[in-house]
Amino acid sequence: MSDNGNNLDLSSRLMRLVIVGHVDHGKSTLVGRLLSDTGSLSDGKLEFVKDICEQQGKTFEFAFLLDALQEEQEQGITIDTSQIFFDTPKRKYVIIDAPGHKEFLKNMVTGAADAEAALLLIDAKEGVQEQSRRHGYILKLLGLTQVAVVINKMDLVDYDEKVYSKIKTEYTDFLESLGVEAREFIPVSAKLGVNIAELKDEMPWYKGPTVLNMLDQFEKKPRPDHLPFRFPVQDVYKFDERRIIAGRVESGKLKVGDRVIFSPSSKQAVVKTIEAWSVPEQPNVATSSESIGFTLDEQIFVERGDVCTLMDELPIVSTTFDANVFWMGKRNLEKGRKFTIKLNTQEVECEVHEFKKAIDASTLETLSNQDHIAKNDVAELTLKTRSPVAFDLFGSIASTGRFVLVDEYDVCGGGIITTYSPTTKEDKLRDEVRTRDFNWIKSDIKPEERAYRNGHRAALILITGEPGSGKGPLARTLEHNLFQNNFQSYLLDRRNVNLGVSADLSESTVEDESARRLGEVAKLFLDAGHVVISTSNAFHKEDQEDLRLLANPYQVIEIQVTSQPTGEPDITLSLDEAQDAKAASTKIQDFLKEKKILMGHNYSI
Amino acid sequence: MDHLDELENQSIFILREAYKNFKNLAMLWSIGKDSTILVWLARKAFFGHCPIPLVHIDTTYKIPAMIEYRDHYAKKWGLNLVVGKNQKALDEGMNHEKGRIVCCEALKTQGLQCIMDEHGYTGLILGIRRDEEGTRAKERYFSPRDKNFEWNFKDQPPELWDQYKTTFADDTHIRIHPILHWTELNVWEYILREKIPIIDLYFATPEGKRYRSLGCAPCTGTIDSNAKNVAEIVEELKHNTTTSERSGRAQDQENTYAMQKLRARGYM
Repeated sequence: MSDNGNNLDLSSRLMRLVIVGHVDHGKSTLVGRLLSDTGSLSDGKLEFVKDICEQQGKTFEFAFLLDALQEEQEQGITIDTSQIFFDTPKRKYVIIDAPGHKEFLKNMVTGAADAEAALLLIDAKEGVQEQSRRHGYILKLLGLTQVAVVINKMDLVDYDEKVYSKIKTEYTDFLESLGVEAREFIPVSAKLGVNIAELKDEMPWYKGPTVLNMLDQFEKKPRPDHLPFRFPVQDVYKFDERRIIAGRVESGKLKVGDRVIFSPSSKQAVVKTIEAWSVPEQPNVATSSESIGFTLDEQIFVERGDVCTLMDELPIVSTTFDANVFWMGKRNLEKGRKFTIKLNTQEVECEVHEFKKAIDASTLETLSNQDHIAKNDVAELTLKTRSPVAFDLFGSIASTGRFVLVDEYDVCGGGIITTYSPTTKEDKLRDEVRTRDFNWIKSDIKPEERAYRNGHRAALILITGEPGSGKGPLARTLEHNLFQNNFQSYLLDRRNVNLGVSADLSESTVEDESARRLGEVAKLFLDAGHVVISTSNAFHKEDQEDLRLLANPYQVIEIQVTSQPTGEPDITLSLDEAQDAKAASTKIQDFLKEKKILMGHNYSI
Repeated sequence: MDHLDELENQSIFILREAYKNFKNLAMLWSIGKDSTILVWLARKAFFGHCPIPLVHIDTTYKIPAMIEYRDHYAKKWGLNLVVGKNQKALDEGMNHEKGRIVCCEALKTQGLQCIMDEHGYTGLILGIRRDEEGTRAKERYFSPRDKNFEWNFKDQPPELWDQYKTTFADDTHIRIHPILHWTELNVWEYILREKIPIIDLYFATPEGKRYRSLGCAPCTGTIDSNAKNVAEIVEELKHNTTTSERSGRAQDQENTYAMQKLRARGYM
């Protein structure tokens, strides 16, 4: 290993590099050669491997230095990803040797996913093969565009420039169709050490850099400090008196005193402290890639999966989005089956909503009219999640715009989010609500102050059920009982809203729009601190979801009067129970006390 | 952010993922430098606390100073220490003379298996690193083991974008390797920077000998060195890296694929 006497922090310039390509095109040999030519092998390692070869009656190959598993050496193919450290006078490298066999695509992906640059190897004699193309495509999908192509085994084609040019033209065309530009095409013989560390005389027609020179020209990716602040919550700790929100800054910066917002819940608070243990001084700023923790000025409910951002740089929140996905699962990725999406720390059930295009990644051919993809293929598709997720487009913030798909217990696919346009009614409404919330002019009186005065927190109580089940009388009794107990209750009848606020609606628009208007009116009463009671025969599931969305962050309590409960109501009352409105009203009030919505007046404090 | 910060932040992220995703988690503390920095990193990740119990597998052949060190810091740092032993094998007279691999399997692997069964741990955090030896170079951060503790290295889960295998079938467990991406030099640089108290067996004796890797007394040898403190070890490693770290560990040299065989069957 070299010591260049350069005292600049050499280790901070570690470069993560992956070597990919078709099976048997010489990746491990190239890595072995790089190690040997840079003097990075430990004493005895070469002899050790040579001894093994002798024991097993095989000719020594540089690849054996890497292929540590018995099976790998016996079969002469790399099965799993190796990570090897070496350095050039310029900097340190960790080199990732990824398998080229189709069966081991997931290992190749594992190796390539956190690399900053890639060498793609092509055998001069065999030319561009299936995995040469597939790996090229996957690199693009992983966002790895710093690529150089190494044309290996030039010794087997007599160092012929024509062979080199033909492969170069063919592969350049392929990469161009992906929108990737190779930095260089380097003709080499890894086995004989030609053009690896030194430019040898065999190919005087080649004027470009050696492999080592090329590596030194690759650039370190800048840390995404300049991008909007993104902090997916990993966990919330309460080991001592501090309640610490823990996670990693994926991009941007956070300062003590910043007002932050958590998506998808839209809860807000101000950062009180940034916590750290065993540091010279307590930090007051955090930047990207730092695993940190902070405390808030208010005790709001935050949990793993929430994405913390600053107020003016919000992520997208949706249940549908378009993505490019590659698949590594044994079972197909297909419509109608449920998977789990893991997007940063969010974990939600999801399914394929629509296959836009299924692609054979080794040829880039479209597999027409196919609504599934098999192992090793890729697709452009729309995903739908069971509940909303917060994300960015991969093109704007890479680390919050990518995800993996889990089938049963296993990570089986990966993808990047390409576009988002709200298509479903729910997504459109959510966008509207978010815009409303962020622009809402807040009263100087805080919700907690109103709650203290009123003896209760604001909440929306929805009484649902079949027509004629006694919901109306129950709602009136509840409103009255609450009022008698000095609580601010108000029965918001949907008919009244329709008579006034929604009087302009025509028959064709009334159905969707009247629910939205009811929700907006309810939101105003909730903002004023009331317990709002509403009931309607027309409540169906969709309306209820809209109302919940509109009432957020206030609590919505559903009381279902029915003989056959549907969904997950907070309280279910049988038709008989509802007939005794007084007893039913007491039961509801007990529940509200238990949920700490009704707290009771306490003027003495 | 320098390179050590990057390593530290990544390891903290992994420790927190482990803590969040596994209800019954333990961390193996061999008293060596690697697992000791794991303890340190856990205290960083959890803001001065170590909410994960530490398991020490006592083969009874450990160098005595290691036990003293262990008990001292377990107390000082308020650690929840769980000591495991394969008493049955010891009673039957197991030792390295019966074969190093046989002995490692009985006292370490099975010792570990016993304590995991006893406490029902489903996740185990270990301080192994990729640069230690070839087989470990192929490990994952979150690496599943089947019910017989076996490692199927031919079919490992993909790991990308810091998404790990956190769901698994009953009767399997996961090994978690938060410092997999560190090198031996990184570990010492970090010990130096953080002033982590480390057992003095690593420092050279007046006779010019030190341990570079710690294990059981009969199977662990010293190397020639004059490095008397952490700073000197860092310097030594910067200038002399062509001897392998585990060269003093006899079981690795037992035969060609010793380490692979040991690890496939559950060795750490």
